[in-house]
Amino acid sequence: MIRFILVQNRQGKTRLSKWYVPYDDEEKVRLRGEVHRLVAPRDQKHQSNFVEFKNHKIVYRRYAGLFFCVCVDANDNELAYLEAIHLFVEILGKSFMLSAYLTYLLADTDAFFDNVCELDLVFNFYKVYAILDEIFLAGEIEETSKDVVLSRLEELEKLE
Amino acid sequence: MVYHNLKALIKGIRACKTVADERILIQQESAAIRASFREEDSYARHNNIAKLLYIHMLGSPAHFGQIECLKLVASPRFTDKRLGYLGIMLLLDENQEVLTLVTNSLKNDMNHSNTYVVGLGLCTFANIASEEMSRDLANEIEKLLGSSNTYIRKKAALCALRVIKKVPDLTDHFISKAKSLLTDRNHGVLLAAITLVTEMCQTDDTCLNEFRNAVPLLVRNLKALVTTGYSPEHDVSGITDPFLQVKVLRLLRLLGQGDAPASETMNDILAQVATNTDSTKNVGSSILYETVLTVLDIDADSGLRVMAINILGKFLSNRDNNIRYVALNTLNKVVSMDTNAVQRHRNIILDCLRDGDISIRRRALELSYALINEHNVRVLVRELLAFLEVADDEFKTGMTTQISLAAERFAPNKRWHIDTVLRTLKLAGNFVREEILSAFIRLVAHTPELQAYTASKLYTALHADISQESLTLAAVWVIGEYSEVLLEGGIIDGDQPTHASDKDILDLLLSALDSPYANHLTRQFVLGAITKMASRHTTSVLQQERTREVLAMYTTNPELELQQRAVEYASLFTLGDLKVGVLERMPPPELKATVMGVVSENKPVGSTRGGKDGDLLGDEVTSPTPQVNGQSVQNSHDLLAEIFGSTPSSTSTSPPPASSLSTQPQKSSVQDILGLFDSSPDPASMTPALGSLSTPASAFSLPQTQAQAQVPSPRRPPQQSTAPRLTSYTAYDKNMVKITLTPQTSVARPGVVNILARFQVLGSDAASGFNFQAAVPKSQQLQMLPMSNPDVQPGTTETQQMRVIAPPGSNVRLRLRVSYTLAGQAVHDQVDFSGFPQGLTGTT
Repeated sequence: MIRFILVQNRQGKTRLSKWYVPYDDEEKVRLRGEVHRLVAPRDQKHQSNFVEFKNHKIVYRRYAGLFFCVCVDANDNELAYLEAIHLFVEILGKSFMLSAYLTYLLADTDAFFDNVCELDLVFNFYKVYAILDEIFLAGEIEETSKDVVLSRLEELEKLE
Repeated sequence: MVYHNLKALIKGIRACKTVADERILIQQESAAIRASFREEDSYARHNNIAKLLYIHMLGSPAHFGQIECLKLVASPRFTDKRLGYLGIMLLLDENQEVLTLVTNSLKNDMNHSNTYVVGLGLCTFANIASEEMSRDLANEIEKLLGSSNTYIRKKAALCALRVIKKVPDLTDHFISKAKSLLTDRNHGVLLAAITLVTEMCQTDDTCLNEFRNAVPLLVRNLKALVTTGYSPEHDVSGITDPFLQVKVLRLLRLLGQGDAPASETMNDILAQVATNTDSTKNVGSSILYETVLTVLDIDADSGLRVMAINILGKFLSNRDNNIRYVALNTLNKVVSMDTNAVQRHRNIILDCLRDGDISIRRRALELSYALINEHNVRVLVRELLAFLEVADDEFKTGMTTQISLAAERFAPNKRWHIDTVLRTLKLAGNFVREEILSAFIRLVAHTPELQAYTASKLYTALHADISQESLTLAAVWVIGEYSEVLLEGGIIDGDQPTHASDKDILDLLLSALDSPYANHLTRQFVLGAITKMASRHTTSVLQQERTREVLAMYTTNPELELQQRAVEYASLFTLGDLKVGVLERMPPPELKATVMGVVSENKPVGSTRGGKDGDLLGDEVTSPTPQVNGQSVQNSHDLLAEIFGSTPSSTSTSPPPASSLSTQPQKSSVQDILGLFDSSPDPASMTPALGSLSTPASAFSLPQTQAQAQVPSPRRPPQQSTAPRLTSYTAYDKNMVKITLTPQTSVARPGVVNILARFQVLGSDAASGFNFQAAVPKSQQLQMLPMSNPDVQPGTTETQQMRVIAPPGSNVRLRLRVSYTLAGQAVHDQVDFSGFPQGLTGTT
C-alpha cells in the first residue's frame, strides 16, 4: 500500500503531498525534508529508483526538475509502482493539454518536463489533486486506464 | 493587499523576492481570509478556501479553515462540495475531532441522487476514514458496492478496503459482495475488488478458504489478460493492464500458499506468464517479478521454481539498475531454500560486485556470502579477495569477517587458510574484527609446520606496509613468538630463502613501534615481542642490549600501560634464567576446549550466525565490546537469545555481577590471547576472582576473559590452588527483592555445578507466591528442587537448590524467570545471568 505520495522540485519545494496514513503536521514536514534529502542527491544513471526508507521504501522517478516519490510497503512490487508513477505523469501531461508534445517526450525518461509543467502544477494544484484521486485511492491504484480517468475529469470540469 | 482570487495570490507569492517577503505576504493573506470567514459570506468562501489550501501547501498553518470546508461541503453547489472535500482531505486526517462532523455530510452525500456527489463522498471516505467513521458508514459502503455504476462500485470497493483495515471485524460484512465483484467485467472494478480481497485474505485466514474457490476464476482472468491482443484502453508498452496482472498474481500467491490443489490449478498459467511476458521493458519485468514471487511462495513444482530463479538470473544481466536490484533482493530471500538453483548464477552475481550502484554491490555481496560452500570456496574467496581490494570501506569489516569465517569453515587445507587470512590482513588490515585476528593467531599457534612460512610471510608483509593495524598486530605477535624459527628458516620470498639477521627483525619491530600508524595497542604488542625475542638464545647480546635500551626509554612513558609493561619487562632482564622460563614460547591455546567451544558458542565465528549480528551488511564495524559491569555480557546475551529463539528483550539486562568481577579491568580478547605479554593488570583485583574458582586446573585463567584465555600463563608463576570457596553472585535485585546464586563444584565431578539460590526481601513487605524458574542453553542440563518456602518474609532467607550439568569448559548461563506478589502487586520478571566466573565447569 502507498503510505504517501510527494512531488517535489529539485530545491525541495513540495508541489503535491498526499498522505494515506495519518501523520501529524510536524511529521509531515520532517518526512518531506527527509525524502528530499534522500532522493535528490541520488545518481540518476547509476542508481536504482528505489531507496529503503525506515521500514518502507521510496519508489521515485524524476521528470526533469520534479521528483515523483511514493512511499510503499517493503514487500510491494517496486517495478509496478514505478510504472504507476509514470501512468500518473502521463495523465497529468495529457490533462494539461500538453499531451502530444509531452507524451512524445516522456517516452524518454529524461524527458523535457520543465518549468512550464511545474508551473502548471502550481497554478492548477487543486486539479492535480483531482487527477490523483482518480488514479490512486486509499493508498491503492484505483484506475489504470488513461481514457477512463481523462473522460471522468472532463465530466467533472463540465460540472464546475 | 488582498488578492481577489487564487491565481492572483499565486502570482503575488511568486513575485516575492525573498523568503521573508513571502512569509509576510502569506501572513497578511491568512489574516484577511480569517477576517473574511467571520463575515460568513458564502460567495467569498470558495475563493478563500482555494487560497487557503494553496497557503497550506506552502507549509503555513491553515487549520482554521477546517470548519469552513465543512460549510462548503454542505452547500448545494457541486463546485463548492468538491473544493470542500478537497479541503477536508488536505486539512484533516483521521485523528482529528472535527472528523466526526464530516460523517454526517458523507452519509448524506453517499445517498445523494447525483452519482458525482456520491463519488466525492466515497473518495473522501476512502482517503481519511477513521475507525469510528468506518463503523458508522459501513452499511452505506456495502450498499454502494452493488451500484449499477462502475465508477461507484470501484470507489466503494476501495472504501470497503479502508473499512476493513480500520475495523477488521467488519470483514464478514463484505465477503459476499466482494465475491460477486470478482466476476466484474470492468477493469477498474476488478482491480479494486482484487485489492480488497487481497487485504481480506491477509488479515483473516477464514477468508483464505472462502476465496480459494475463486482461483480458477482468477486464473481465467489472468489468461484473458495475457492472451488478448492489443487492447488500447489498458495497454502499457504492449502489455495489457500490467497493474491488474500484478494484483491477480499477488492474490494467487496468497491463495496458493500452503495449498497444493490451488497451487496446482495455477501452475500452468504461471508458466505461461513467465514464458510469454516480454522482459525488455520495465512493465514486463514488473509482471515477471511478481510471477517469480508467486512461484517461490506457493507449492509450485520444482521445474517452475527453477524457471523462476532463472528469470531472476536473467534479470541480473539486465541493463536497468532497478531490475538488477529487485533480482538480487529476491535471490537473497530464496538463497537459503534453493541454493543450488542460485549457484548456477554465481558468475553473474559476482559481476554485480562491480556494479555502479552501491546498493546493488551490497546485495550482491550478501548473496555471495550465502553461496560459499566447500566446493566453491577457492573460487568465491578469490573473487571476494579481488573485490576486497576495491571495495567501499563500509563493506570491508563485514568482508574480512565473512572471508575468514568461510576460510575457517571450508578451508581445503591449512596453508590455504593461512594464505587467505594473510591476504585479508594485507588488503584490509584496518577493518578486521578482534575475533578474526585472535582466531588467526590460534591457527598459527596450532600449525607448527607452517610457522616458519607464516612468520616469513608476515615479515615481508610488514616490511612492505606498516599502515594496516591488524596486519601489524599479527606480524608483531608471530615474529616475537617465533623469532628463532624465522632466523633459522630465513625469509621465503620467491624461490630462495634469504637470511634475515636478528638486527633486521628488531629493526622491523622497532619501526612498527615508531611508525606514525602506531597506536596504544600496537606499541604494547611490540614491547612484548621485542622482550620475547631478546630472551631467545638466537638473539645476539648486542640486540638484547638494544632491546633493553628501548624498554628503558619506555619506563618513563606517560602512557600508564606502556610504562608498566616496560618497567616489568626491564626488571625481568635482571632475573637471568627465570626470564627465559617466563618468556618461553606460548603453548598453543587448547583448540579443542577453546576454539571449538568458542566457534560454536561464544563468538560469531560459526558462520551460520553471520547474518544475525549484522556482519552481512558490514555495518557492525567494531564488535560491541561489552562495557556493562566489566564482563562479557553481550556474547552471552546473543547466545541465550539464539538458544531461546528470541531477541534480547529489555528485561534481559545483565544482572549486577559479583563485586569481585566488576572491579576487573576491561581487556580485549586480543590482549587476552596474548596473555603472555600482558602485564598483570592489577594483582589485587585478580586474587578474589581467582579465589572463587574451585577447580585447581583453572586457577591460572583470567576469569573474566573469553575462553581462549584459559591458557596457563608462564608469566605468572603457578599459584597455589585455592581450596574451593563459596562466593555468591547476585542474579536479581529489583523491587527490594534480591536473589543470589552460590555455585559449588567438586573436582571429582567436573561439569556439575550445584547452585544454591537464596531469596531475600530487603524491604518490610513479604513477597508471597514466589515462583522461580530457570532455563539453561541446550547443551546443558538443569535439575531443580522445590523452594523451601514460596513466601519470603522480611528478615528470613529462603533457598532453592539447583544443579546444572554442563560440558566441561563451557560457561554456565541461566535465564531466570521470577514471579511473586509484593505488597499486593504481582511482579513478573525475567533476567539473564551469566555472571559466574569462567572455568566453573572445569577444563578438559
